[in-house]
Amino acid sequence: MKIVECIEIDKTYQQGKVKVHALRNISMNIEKGDFVALAGPSGSGKTTMLNIIGGLDSADSGKIIVDGNALSEMNQTQLANLRLHNIGFVFQAYNLIPVLSAAENVEYVMLLQGIPQAERRQRTKSILDEVGLAGKYDRRPAELSGGQQQRVAVARAIVSNPSIVLADEPTANLDSKTGKGLLDMMKKMNQEKKVTIIFSTHDRMVMNYAARLLRIRDGQLVDDQVKNN
Amino acid sequence: MYLQLAWRNIWRNPRRTTVILLAIIIGVWSMIFENALMRGITVGMIKNSIATLTGHIQIHRRGYRSDPVIENSITEPEAVIAALKRILPPGTQWAARVRVNGIASNARHSSGVTLVGIDPASEAKVSFIGDAIAGGHQLQPDDPHAIVVGEALLDKFETKIGHKLVLMSQDTNQEIASKAFRIVGTFKAEMQSTEKQFVFITRKAAQQMLKLRQGLSEVSIVLPDQQESGVASRLKAILSPNGYEVNTWKELLPFLRAYLKLLDVFVYIWSLVIFIAMGFGIVNTTLMAVFERIREFGLMKALGMKPWWIVRQVLTESFLLLIIGIIMGNILAFLTVLALSDSGIDLSALAAGAEFAGMTRVIYPIVSIKDWSIANLLVMVLGLLICIYPAAKAAKFTPIEALAYT
Repeated sequence: MKIVECIEIDKTYQQGKVKVHALRNISMNIEKGDFVALAGPSGSGKTTMLNIIGGLDSADSGKIIVDGNALSEMNQTQLANLRLHNIGFVFQAYNLIPVLSAAENVEYVMLLQGIPQAERRQRTKSILDEVGLAGKYDRRPAELSGGQQQRVAVARAIVSNPSIVLADEPTANLDSKTGKGLLDMMKKMNQEKKVTIIFSTHDRMVMNYAARLLRIRDGQLVDDQVKNN
Repeated sequence: MYLQLAWRNIWRNPRRTTVILLAIIIGVWSMIFENALMRGITVGMIKNSIATLTGHIQIHRRGYRSDPVIENSITEPEAVIAALKRILPPGTQWAARVRVNGIASNARHSSGVTLVGIDPASEAKVSFIGDAIAGGHQLQPDDPHAIVVGEALLDKFETKIGHKLVLMSQDTNQEIASKAFRIVGTFKAEMQSTEKQFVFITRKAAQQMLKLRQGLSEVSIVLPDQQESGVASRLKAILSPNGYEVNTWKELLPFLRAYLKLLDVFVYIWSLVIFIAMGFGIVNTTLMAVFERIREFGLMKALGMKPWWIVRQVLTESFLLLIIGIIMGNILAFLTVLALSDSGIDLSALAAGAEFAGMTRVIYPIVSIKDWSIANLLVMVLGLLICIYPAAKAAKFTPIEALAYT
């Protein structure tokens, strides 16, 4: 079942006086439950692609359907609702709210969704235990290591049971050992919870974790490789 | 959790929050205290004016107010007194006076004065003279030669208690009436002009000197609850057809009424001026706090937060700052007013200036519920309104712009 369907996506940015063609005529499908890496060098268009799939940015032309929703036909409120209920985000720089504890950061998304407090607390504790942060519920981001912060970010992305998790270079700020640990954990979540995970990377080690590798170069999809790992 | 998040957000930068809280506290304090001072001034002015021979209501023969001559006196006071007995509510005090313009003189000086003939016992319950004796003694009802003058007049005439003072005025026969009185006491009033203007003799002495028989110039009434308009209209209904005028203090003192209205407007203008100064601080601080957290707002939008929720988040933080500042400003203002409630603020050193403005020598600040509500509502409502700008700024960024913001 297709969870993401991109048809002839085109995107151009104006950077000062220069026009940058970030994505050129990209078409691809991603199946539900995939563990996909968008791979390519810096500036190839990976982040733009993720932003468009996540409804954070819009394509100049083409059509994109996420979990049955045609994004170009949705207004900002509908897109916000889609992000809130169907999509989880993990950012390279963790992007946790510094004044909230690990548990509160995770709980915050469910608060926005209107989930009752008791259920929020129970799900928060459970997901933090799953990502290996048992006992660190009350730590503020500044009291956690980079790897632990990114685990909180993954927990936050997954706790609301989204259809897709979009992770933009999730291991870029981590050392290789911590990065591997995080990827193992993400893969486990993908397999156990059947959540579709799409992440961008330019790191070969990270690419090896992906079940499917979509290579992007200069805004074009140059390779679509399904692996058997 | 929203409140918890807002609370923690405002304390991210404790120094900045403390500074803006101080600005709000001082702003609220100055608004409430300044309004209380203004209210104290106005209440003092009203009390003083009512006590200075005005009362809440006065009755005159028609024509006396425009031409206060002896011919315009009340010649048959029985009808007026009968109406008072019928209409006045229990607890009301009233005094009947003779009041004419005249000249006071001694061997060295002479000066225009207002000669007031009073019944000392009833007058004491109606006007300031009851407890204003500063030297000598109060008039005795059976002393036809006694006169009480103001301290300032005593100084001006370079005389003293026990000495004589001659009063001259026109009597009912259009003749010059003059009589020598002995100064038995002096009075002190809120204003020096009052001390120089009024001299008091007994009503009987005044009636004899002016050949008025039982005649009166005016009746002054002090009501227990200041509900003068109702009583005045009932008195008017009875007395107006018989050639009398009934006026409330607001009609008798139009300048004071206009002045009080003006002061009311000043209270609002001053409050607004304070708020504008404070408002710039609030907006500036909130904008700084917002721009520091643009990436976070971008994250929240990326997570699915709608723009309105971001506005609500920023406004909640502003609300917390405002409510803390308002509560502390109120406490400070009430403590200041409480500390001054007994002693007041003594403006004796500025007496001439204060008197010129019609103010009493000592101002006792008074907090009225209306002024208090206006100050607090102004800070809260306008405070939140001006914070909509930084809140809207925070909500306007797209997630991509905000996440890329450095």
